[in-house]
Amino acid sequence: MNRFAWLLDRLAYEPRRNAKLALIADYLRTTPDPDRGLALAAMTGGLAFPNAKPGLIRALIAERTDPVLFALSYDYVGDLSETVALMWPARHGANQVPHLPDVVDGLRNAGKTDLPRLVSSWLDALDETGRWALLKLITGSLRIGVSARLAKTAAASLGGVSADEVEHVWHGLEPPYVALFAWLEGRGPRPEATDPAPFRPVMLSHPVEEGDFARMEPAAFQAEWKWDGIRVQAVSGTRPDGTRVTRLFSRTGEDIAASFPDVVEALTLDGALDGELLVRRDETVQSFNTLQQRLNRKSVTAKMLVEYPAHIRAYDLLIDGEEDLRDLPLSERRLRLEGFVAKLASPIVDLSPPIAFANWDELAAARADPAAAGAGSDAEAVEGCMIKRLESPYLPGRPKGHWWKWKREARLVDCVLMYAQRGHGKRSSFYSDFTFGVWRTGEEGADELVPVGKAYFGFTDEELVELDRYVRKHTLNRFGPVREVRHEAETGLVFEVAFEGLQRSTRHKSGLAMRFPRISRIRWDKPPREADRIEALENLLPASG
Amino acid sequence: MTLARQSARWRPSELLVPMPAGLYCPPADIYIDPVRPVARALITHGHSDHARSGHGSVLATRETLAIMALRYGEGFTEAQQVAVPGETIRIGEVDFRFVPAGHVLGSAQIVVESRGLRIVASGDYKRERDPTCAGFEPVACDIFITEATFGLPVFRHPPAAGEVAKLLESVRLFPERSHIVGAYSLGKAQRVMALIREAGYEQPLYIHGAVEKITGFYEKEGIALGEIRPVARTDRKALGGEIVICPPSAAQDLWARRFPDPVTAFASGWMRIRARARQKGVELPLVISDHADWDDLQATIRETGAGEIWVTHGEAEALVHWCGTAGLKAKPLHLVGYGDEGEAEPVEEAADAAV
Repeated sequence: MNRFAWLLDRLAYEPRRNAKLALIADYLRTTPDPDRGLALAAMTGGLAFPNAKPGLIRALIAERTDPVLFALSYDYVGDLSETVALMWPARHGANQVPHLPDVVDGLRNAGKTDLPRLVSSWLDALDETGRWALLKLITGSLRIGVSARLAKTAAASLGGVSADEVEHVWHGLEPPYVALFAWLEGRGPRPEATDPAPFRPVMLSHPVEEGDFARMEPAAFQAEWKWDGIRVQAVSGTRPDGTRVTRLFSRTGEDIAASFPDVVEALTLDGALDGELLVRRDETVQSFNTLQQRLNRKSVTAKMLVEYPAHIRAYDLLIDGEEDLRDLPLSERRLRLEGFVAKLASPIVDLSPPIAFANWDELAAARADPAAAGAGSDAEAVEGCMIKRLESPYLPGRPKGHWWKWKREARLVDCVLMYAQRGHGKRSSFYSDFTFGVWRTGEEGADELVPVGKAYFGFTDEELVELDRYVRKHTLNRFGPVREVRHEAETGLVFEVAFEGLQRSTRHKSGLAMRFPRISRIRWDKPPREADRIEALENLLPASG
Repeated sequence: MTLARQSARWRPSELLVPMPAGLYCPPADIYIDPVRPVARALITHGHSDHARSGHGSVLATRETLAIMALRYGEGFTEAQQVAVPGETIRIGEVDFRFVPAGHVLGSAQIVVESRGLRIVASGDYKRERDPTCAGFEPVACDIFITEATFGLPVFRHPPAAGEVAKLLESVRLFPERSHIVGAYSLGKAQRVMALIREAGYEQPLYIHGAVEKITGFYEKEGIALGEIRPVARTDRKALGGEIVICPPSAAQDLWARRFPDPVTAFASGWMRIRARARQKGVELPLVISDHADWDDLQATIRETGAGEIWVTHGEAEALVHWCGTAGLKAKPLHLVGYGDEGEAEPVEEAADAAV
């Protein structure tokens, strides 16, 4: 456990990707099975401990500390595991420091009644770093700046193979990945990729920059709408016994099929589609807000299936039957995709239509007015264009020079800072979450500010330090981790806030909800009275609501 | 009637009261660590948030007066008087006594006593051994005024020797990389150097220009720090494998990048919090503090036997809460201008570095 804790600790402080890779690879090379495989599972999200929950840790620390002191400490540190690791009353030499396999075994198999005693005995035995690592393992979010992909890349380096090769066999493997390491170290055969519906790494795009167009010949590209839904990979395959396996992966490989039985039912052909998950009702694609009603649901009611019918708008085909199409150019994959969707013949799977354009000015015009350029009533769900090279193969990650996204211009509005909250994680101890408002005429006729959104990014680290200082110097009231900041006509701070879209919302006092708000500029120069009024936002609402 | 009033015991707020300029003692007409220029000031120690220039007269330890003169020039005050630790100085009907606080060289608590009421204003203090300054001496009192920079139970400083061992281990692991150690230029830098020497490291130590003056002063005061070389007169490219001490602000500066593949370390109690270390881009956090940690704050409060605790700055809320659970009367003074939750010192360092 100490060695694993040491690795996590080093990774948490190491900002450089290559150094992280070297640290992980070195650990995997020098640590025996099954420890290293369990560490790899921890870094790739492959360990789940259904009985071990943050609530367990809260209960354990509550038995040992004053609740007020715990609350103040947690607020300050901003991370449950770290707070508990630091506050845990030391009992040096209480027990033997546990081994990682024993910890994993205990967390997996111990019953709800035994777990508290087991976990507390480990915490007693470990030092601060060890406690922190153990608690990270239990809560399941390591937050050490290591993605599953990075950990697999490090593992792949043991055998001098690419991360994609590891990715390919990954779904047939289980922690502690003994067969994987045997293969990578040349001691065993390549593991079989037995999963009939595995995830394939997704191809991502770059934001298009002003100068890019000069180097891009319009005829070499295809353009599509960029839909404001969820990128999914819909994979279906047949097991050797003839039964069908269908999965709906998010772009990070998380299977969300359980929330979308209607989609799963429609996917009756072996293959892997790349597309956008949307809600489509009355022949019209609905807003992202509507789609959110269907997300993260453990159980899906019949009523929800009717009210929020899911839909896949397909734009690529990775696998057709048994055939891997990813090396083919997009132009050929598109033809295969059209055939596949036609054969599927499902009302809830259709093609993302190409946008007709002869030059970049025409595409710019389409992007500015999607409704008139073919998107019709779906235009509200368009957040820009995708520009894809017709020759592009389907490559994992974010390869340069193939796909670009060209988002619609963000809307800008000047708002006044009203409340600030301490951030979590990297931002703990800094006031970094900002609630801002715009002016409206209050019930008694006087102008008042009404909150319209909250943003926690868009500024640099240096600006964050200044904002934090500003908040502390202009605090009116404190409510736990939240401070009310002075916001009057002449005293206060104006943010230029950028956002992607606006919806009506009954959850907010202003009746509005912003999508993707961020601080685009801090207007130190602007007096609050010159900030925008609510009417300016209301004018931006979609007519249909 | 006047006589009767004079002989009556002071109410605490009549002897010491928080004012915007700092803690004020009305019967002596004098401030402790005032944050703005006043006629008469008592200064606990030389850190710039406590020791400011421009007062009419300053009473402080010989070392603190010397540090203020080094930082602000000889004219930092119109008049000065040396407070000898342990000796009583009477002003009006108030007795003042300076007692070592263990924070940095020359740092002192100030015992304020009159008409049988004794208040100790401890300034900043720590309990861990420090080879560069006199250790903290607890003074029994009625009211103990304490800082709470690390007044949360998450702050438990490990032994400093272990942290220095981490640094030396890293130097052994990466013999080609410069180790840049951010440390406040007054106190922390010299303490870290002294600890490095105690750990048996004998190579020269390199220091940033902003650390030179105070380090020279410490050496003149008889604190052995081994061979010290200014970075300014050295080829930085040749400093692979060497230890360089600089103010925290310089460690993130362009200045630090000119060393061969530097490892960024920072010696501070804040390094206990991972997010703090990451925000500052620190790769090698060293939890070494010149302030009392949570356990030492409690132990010190108990040792003084004080029935009432005033908390000046830092995480006052938690410490006041703890006092309540321990049956002690306690209140935060909400003094502003000190530490600013510990972040004031880097600003000071930036100013120093610019000199």
